[in-house]
Amino acid sequence: MMNIQASVQRPSRLATITRPRDASRFAPLTSWLLTLPLVATFAIGFLYPLAKLVTLSFTNGAESYIRLGQDALYFGVMTTTVVTAAAVTGFCLVLGYPVAFAMTRLRGKAALITAACVFVPLWTSVLIRSYAWIVLLQRKGIINDVLQDAGLSVHPLKLLYTQSAVVLAMTHILLPFAILPIYATLRTLPPDLARAAANLGAGAVRTFLLITLPLSLPGVFAGAILCFVLALGFYITPALIGGPGSMLMATLIGQQTTVLLDWPFAAALSTVLLSDALLIVFLFRRALSLSKGFHNVH
Amino acid sequence: MFIDRNIQAQEAATDSATKRRFRSRPAKQAVLTLLAGFVVALILFFLILPTLIIIPMSLSTTSHLQFPPQGMTWKWYAAYFSDPDWMAATWFSLRIAIATSVTATVVGTLTALAIVRGDVPFKAALHALSLGPMVVPHIVLGVALYLVFSPLQLTGTLTGFLIGHTVLAVPFVVITVTAALQRLDPALELAALNCGANRAKTFFHVTLPNIAPGVASGAVFSFLASFDEATVAFFISDVGGKSIGRKMFEDIDFNLTPVIAAASTVVVVASLFLIGFVQLLAKTGTAQIQAGVEDL
Repeated sequence: MMNIQASVQRPSRLATITRPRDASRFAPLTSWLLTLPLVATFAIGFLYPLAKLVTLSFTNGAESYIRLGQDALYFGVMTTTVVTAAAVTGFCLVLGYPVAFAMTRLRGKAALITAACVFVPLWTSVLIRSYAWIVLLQRKGIINDVLQDAGLSVHPLKLLYTQSAVVLAMTHILLPFAILPIYATLRTLPPDLARAAANLGAGAVRTFLLITLPLSLPGVFAGAILCFVLALGFYITPALIGGPGSMLMATLIGQQTTVLLDWPFAAALSTVLLSDALLIVFLFRRALSLSKGFHNVH
Repeated sequence: MFIDRNIQAQEAATDSATKRRFRSRPAKQAVLTLLAGFVVALILFFLILPTLIIIPMSLSTTSHLQFPPQGMTWKWYAAYFSDPDWMAATWFSLRIAIATSVTATVVGTLTALAIVRGDVPFKAALHALSLGPMVVPHIVLGVALYLVFSPLQLTGTLTGFLIGHTVLAVPFVVITVTAALQRLDPALELAALNCGANRAKTFFHVTLPNIAPGVASGAVFSFLASFDEATVAFFISDVGGKSIGRKMFEDIDFNLTPVIAAASTVVVVASLFLIGFVQLLAKTGTAQIQAGVEDL
């Protein structure tokens, strides 16, 4: 035990001894030079394009935004987008929590298999996973085969190109983004707390509901925000799996740019989507700091 | 390791004490554990099934998947490797991903150095900016880049993709390298400086070898972020220059053939090899640093 203490304290003690800290830092000029490549790249490939997009949305004054606000059709699309994102987030949390919890308890081979099941999909492109869902859900797909063989349906069901298919596939794609922040929080909980509750006579369910679950809420919250923001801007999956009746913000932008070629209106829609995402991230930035570092999807 | 075992022994002791005290509980507990295990197994099956399903699909003799499969064929792989359109898209994407990996790694590493060891005002803003592309919906960035690239005739070009994908990949490098730098004790760099090495020498002989696993994972993640990217690629591709993402999207949308499954299998297997390589690097490289700090 003494050993651990020493190794924990060593770095911090050294840091205090070796002050002034400036010696380990770069001079201001060097620091500025280090940031230059990022600033240049992002100015060309990130900030300028986004600024141009926002400017384009105001081509005819606020006309695009007025149209967006007045037409019930677009209001419906925005509602569908938020409802879909919320549903996907809910499903991700419900399905993700047990997996995250299991990851903290499992050892050996079971832990390895669980980790593989979480990470392999995360490293598979969204396009490939959306395609896999098409294979599973299509009229002559496996799910229809199983349903018919089991006698649950006589004719193949129309599963693909529906709103439920979009929610299902998006839940599958975003699930790791709920699991990982929850796991990160659960992992840091001292097992002593649950054990103390058990020693005091609480059963497994009671211990979970009164101790583990409340303490893991920051992770749940971070996972929820992450899933929701990513779900708001999802394009590939709804574009491939969704039907014409299930338009989302992103697919509407896609339609405006590739079919109708109404660029100012597409720019206005994009600006709305962009500000929603940025607003959520800004408001909940502290919750999100728990979860940065996961592979992005879209 | 020794400490770990100690803790486990303690845990086992306490657990058995708890069990002894509540004799009536074990049966209920066992049922609960079994039930929970079953639920978790079902969710894991849901997670992994779609990735695994593409393998039998790519080998299926019919154009839709049947169970049990009726024989197996390599013809979809042959079709993938002999189709000039698929091959052009694959090579184009490979070139983009390699170039992106290089530029994003350099830009991201320098940024991480400025964030962790630099002396600049607005450090928080710089950090936020460098992670910004992760939170901007890709469709928005795709449309925005198209607006800029189209008049400059950069759509469908390596340069255009390189700019777009570098922006998307930089956050991954910033995250991995920042983490590696934060784990590195500045005293090591100070020691080198005290011994007469200059800044550049210190960086190449002390800092870089120590953060190399972080830099390497950043490079691999950028490669994959570029190669797997489809939304921005959808907007900045054109007839002359199509990434594999755009090609797959078109094929899924218009003619759903098992060639897509063959191409997907190739991509997934290659990605998993790359990731496995990174995991290996991360394990051997940072094991010593982590052993001292993180496991506690």
